[in-house]
Amino acid sequence: MSSATVIEERTALSPRRKARRNRILQYVVIAMLAVGAAASADWGQIAHVFLEPQLIRSAFADGLLSALVKTLEYTAGAFLIGLVAGTVLALMRLSPIGPYRWFAMAYIEFFRGLPAVIVFIAFSLLPLAFGGLIIPFDPYGVVWLALGIVAAAYMAETIRAGIQAVPRGQVEAARSLGMPAGLAMRKIVLPQAFRIILPPLTNELVLLVKDSSLVFIIGVSATGNELTGFGRELANTQSNLTPLVTAGLCYLIITLPLGFLARRLESSSVKAR
Amino acid sequence: MAASGTELIEIKGLHKSFGDNHVLRDIDFAVGEGEVVCLIGPSGSGKSTLLRCVNLLERPDGGAVIVRGENLADPDCHLDAARRHVGMVFQQFNLFPHLSVLENCTVAQKTVLGRKTAEADRIARANLERVGLTEKAAAYPAQISGGQQQRVAIARALSMDPMLMLFDEPTSALDPELVGDVLTVMRDLAEEGMTMLVVTHEMAFAREVADRVVFMDGGVVVEQGTPDNVIGNPRHERTRAFLRRVLDPTHALPA
Repeated sequence: MSSATVIEERTALSPRRKARRNRILQYVVIAMLAVGAAASADWGQIAHVFLEPQLIRSAFADGLLSALVKTLEYTAGAFLIGLVAGTVLALMRLSPIGPYRWFAMAYIEFFRGLPAVIVFIAFSLLPLAFGGLIIPFDPYGVVWLALGIVAAAYMAETIRAGIQAVPRGQVEAARSLGMPAGLAMRKIVLPQAFRIILPPLTNELVLLVKDSSLVFIIGVSATGNELTGFGRELANTQSNLTPLVTAGLCYLIITLPLGFLARRLESSSVKAR
Repeated sequence: MAASGTELIEIKGLHKSFGDNHVLRDIDFAVGEGEVVCLIGPSGSGKSTLLRCVNLLERPDGGAVIVRGENLADPDCHLDAARRHVGMVFQQFNLFPHLSVLENCTVAQKTVLGRKTAEADRIARANLERVGLTEKAAAYPAQISGGQQQRVAIARALSMDPMLMLFDEPTSALDPELVGDVLTVMRDLAEEGMTMLVVTHEMAFAREVADRVVFMDGGVVVEQGTPDNVIGNPRHERTRAFLRRVLDPTHALPA
């Protein structure tokens, strides 16, 4: 037999051609579905219910922007509380002192396991349990606390992972220079840990922006309405979804750049390694 | 064999185990003031562990580590205070990547020694000049070569005005052409009279710079003496076998 072995008859398409045929087939199916959906929809009615220009304008007049600002304020405060409490919890979680560790673990598991809605309902009823309880900065205080308490549980785990991702040699170098453990943590470990977890923290922020929509459960007054509450109320009174859609678009205006930022940070931190 | 009378480090009956692995077995060992001691030996011989026990980065399981008359192995010892006087240079440099070269050299001065910024900067710059890196003060560790990073690490340790410098295989992670810069800095340091304890595989450096060479194997000190004796004319077969492997690796028989 010669070194060039006989190639058996191959009548079937080459793998490349087969892949191309399958791809074209899928495009055809997708196009047919899209055309079918477009043809069967009543565009006039859809536009009227979801995107009535008149109502978009009136949404701005009724305070869409101040609702947007409220959403940002609620989120920012809660993020700050979550960050500080999350850092404390992460340090407790890594502490050599048992009770600290147990408390942090219990807290984290408890608030990560509960639906945020339940925490919010509980907060709305707090004054019943503790008569005379006044949370300062009304309406911000309650919202910040409720959102922040849940966010802290998630962030604590992220921050703990960040702390543990800092190489051991960094602590050894700091300690060998005479730094006590706490100082080494503050000056050397934490700054590096936060740099490592910047991408996941940005994602937490996106989640928080969306979770801030849950404040309507707490029952803030109309002036305290953030985007969802605002859109919902207006949609109800006008029996039209346009205000809600407008509010939804506002969320995207906040979250899309944040998501983009998170991806950028992620790829740059991969490069840095 | 100490160069001068006073002992800066005295190690007595030191034991250290990692699980079942008995790494250090009853080590007695001393380093005099101004002395340069090189620790050599095969990997796993316990030399790095011994070095790390001197500033208690490893906690000994038994024995005493007396530095400047203070037993660091005593659980009630003020360890952080004692460590200020002991500089340490690591194989992997361990510079702080989020701080500039200058800040690497000032952060502990300011936070541990309580020096003012101007004073800390001045001392840091003086030590950067000592290692030939004045112009890199504003750079970040990731922007400079491994050899430069290790010299910064030396300057960082020197900025604390240590009585004693520990080097843990300071050139093992470097590209061959960068080793010389670091060794030159270390030799200058030795000539200025710094007390140094160096774990190294650089036999030429040990031979030229060390006052005393200590050969370790299997967690014990096998022999020690002047470089000429230990490296040039070793008495023990284990030392000879090790040196054959290190000095002539192409002809070493696989163990």
